[in-house]
Amino acid sequence: MSDQALRTPFAARATAALEDAHLQEALTIATNKFMALRRESFAGFPEGEALRDRARAVKEATLQRLDAYLEQLADSVERLGGHVHWAATGEEAREIILRLCRERGVRTAVKSKSMATEEIELNAALEAAGVTPVETDLGEYIIQLAGEKPSHIIAPAIHKTKGQVADLFSRELGERFPADPEVLTAAARKELRQKFLQADLGITGANFAVAETGTVVLVTNEGNGRMVTSLPRIHVAVMGIEKVIPSMTDLMLFLAILARSATGQKLSVYTTLVRGPRHPGELEGPEEFHLILMDSGRAAQIAGPLREALYCLRCGACLNVCPVYRQIGGHAYGHTYPGPIGILLTAMLKGDRSVKELAHASSLCGACHEVCPVRIDIPRMLVGLRERLYRDRIAPWGERLVFWALGRVLGSPALFRLLVRLGRLAQRPFLRDGRVRSLPFLFGRWTRSRDLPPVAARTFSECWKELGR
Amino acid sequence: MKGPVKASIMITCLGDMLFPEVGVAMVTLLRRLGVTVDFPPGQTCCGLPLFNSGFHRAAARVAARTVSVFEGSEHVVVPSGSCAWLVKQEYPGLLARHGGPTEAARALAARTWELSQFLVEVLGVTDVGSRFEGRVTYHDSCHLLRGLGEAAAPRTLLRGVRGVELQELDGADECCGFGGSFSVRFPEVSAAILGKKIQCVEKSGAGCVVACDAGCLMQMAGALSRAGSHVKPLHLAQVLAPDGTSR
Repeated sequence: MSDQALRTPFAARATAALEDAHLQEALTIATNKFMALRRESFAGFPEGEALRDRARAVKEATLQRLDAYLEQLADSVERLGGHVHWAATGEEAREIILRLCRERGVRTAVKSKSMATEEIELNAALEAAGVTPVETDLGEYIIQLAGEKPSHIIAPAIHKTKGQVADLFSRELGERFPADPEVLTAAARKELRQKFLQADLGITGANFAVAETGTVVLVTNEGNGRMVTSLPRIHVAVMGIEKVIPSMTDLMLFLAILARSATGQKLSVYTTLVRGPRHPGELEGPEEFHLILMDSGRAAQIAGPLREALYCLRCGACLNVCPVYRQIGGHAYGHTYPGPIGILLTAMLKGDRSVKELAHASSLCGACHEVCPVRIDIPRMLVGLRERLYRDRIAPWGERLVFWALGRVLGSPALFRLLVRLGRLAQRPFLRDGRVRSLPFLFGRWTRSRDLPPVAARTFSECWKELGR
Repeated sequence: MKGPVKASIMITCLGDMLFPEVGVAMVTLLRRLGVTVDFPPGQTCCGLPLFNSGFHRAAARVAARTVSVFEGSEHVVVPSGSCAWLVKQEYPGLLARHGGPTEAARALAARTWELSQFLVEVLGVTDVGSRFEGRVTYHDSCHLLRGLGEAAAPRTLLRGVRGVELQELDGADECCGFGGSFSVRFPEVSAAILGKKIQCVEKSGAGCVVACDAGCLMQMAGALSRAGSHVKPLHLAQVLAPDGTSR
């Protein structure tokens, strides 16, 4: 999302999304499908619940000794002949990649889908440095052609209908395509094949990195990840430091729940395990392998209020079930990571202030907590975030005043009774057929789309005088 | 032999102001089941609106008041899953963090019940002896379902009512879009979520949609009346009380 778009308030972006008929059509179909597939998958997998508990415990235990696991990972990768880079910020991570491109004369980079590289806005930086980045995941390829950003953690082009993709391909690839996913996929495949062969550099993220063995794990469905990690002469993997897991046994645990949560698959079509560069005697693989370990606000949360957000596997399940995401899609959130977990990750990466509106973009329904494979208590952290916004005086003063007054009223039965009586009088001009149809000022926001039940002629407290006898 | 079960009604702010008939139905129902009902004076609100928006010091003050209001109660029965959730799950921690009466809050949490849970778990009733004619559908309120883990009790009770045909609601476990101040901050998004819910309600063919939370009822009622729908939003207590039966 451009800076320009971010300057419009969240509410305006959300309203625009609600009015976008294509978005609504695409979102409803895709999120319903993901939700149903996930539900079905876990329904036939009774051991899943216990595995989720174990996965959560592993994440927690790993965080407690994160420094040690990261060092072990770095040692393992170096033993395999790979290079390890530590990046304190996203900017540093970007610089490391740009320097590599300069030093190795890289002209074209193919990319496998990676949220970490979205987070650091790598594509724009590469282009500015004269390197052509090519997204090779179909969804990422679509949005790169469209000049957009992902709107879902695992389905970046979820906001587009197949008709829109056909129009886009027709415009960008100079040929008329029908709205047929198979034809469109074949067209992308043909375009991308050449890029794979041309590219000097392959860039990926990492779903997991195993400390014990130095294995970088990529979970994909299209096979492009394998091409990216095996064809170009250099492979760079960028990962947040929280992605390290201790052992291959742990990996099996996470793989058992990740794809089920994301797409309802038992396993994704491809699970790619990368161990350093090509070794003597091996037929494929890059000459050089680089692993970038990126902090960018993560380490500060190990002992911070957003700690649990560091468990996140980026499966996207919480987006699919979130009533807000399901209505407005990912772009309206305005940051790399959308949805309920995205609000927390944005706060982690960019600070609480960056989500002062978004912190409230949740009805706290708890559906996200329910489906999270590692049971991250997102609603609780959102409430905590709201508390900090209030405490640190980031929340607007008008809001603080309203809630201060509400606190006074709710703390005093006499004031509460007085307000009930005032409400009863004040609502009179707005009553029609026993409902409040429209209200002025702030309250009008409610009645624009819904009626409000009126304050009763007699409250329950008043009724009790007879009932209690 | 113990005497009759005693229960205090926690009416909640919305219940008191907007839906007094729900409280009346609850009293009728509980009395018919032999419960001695009282209504401790001085009630306002559980503090959920303050809590959810992050105003925790103010919420803790309101919570401390509520704890003292119900100090002498044997059981506290709440016609709203979200308020019951706050008292049961959050009061002790909230008051501990803000120097309130933590022990008393823990004790209150243990004897506070959402209505359907009180009926099934404390009284052990699944058939409350009521009659209500027609097809009804049930909406799971988020805090009762996911906060208190209760999907079964309200459905069991509804199935026990003579004349009721319970039709499951598509997406019954999905939020209605209320979310307290969420519905005021983002009314368009809230209304869009509500729109989907109402579509499912209409599709169910039920004459009324039952819920166990004043917030969801206010939200759904607002859309149903605006659309001129024939579907009536009702609280569980209104289906279980004899008022709906003696005709």
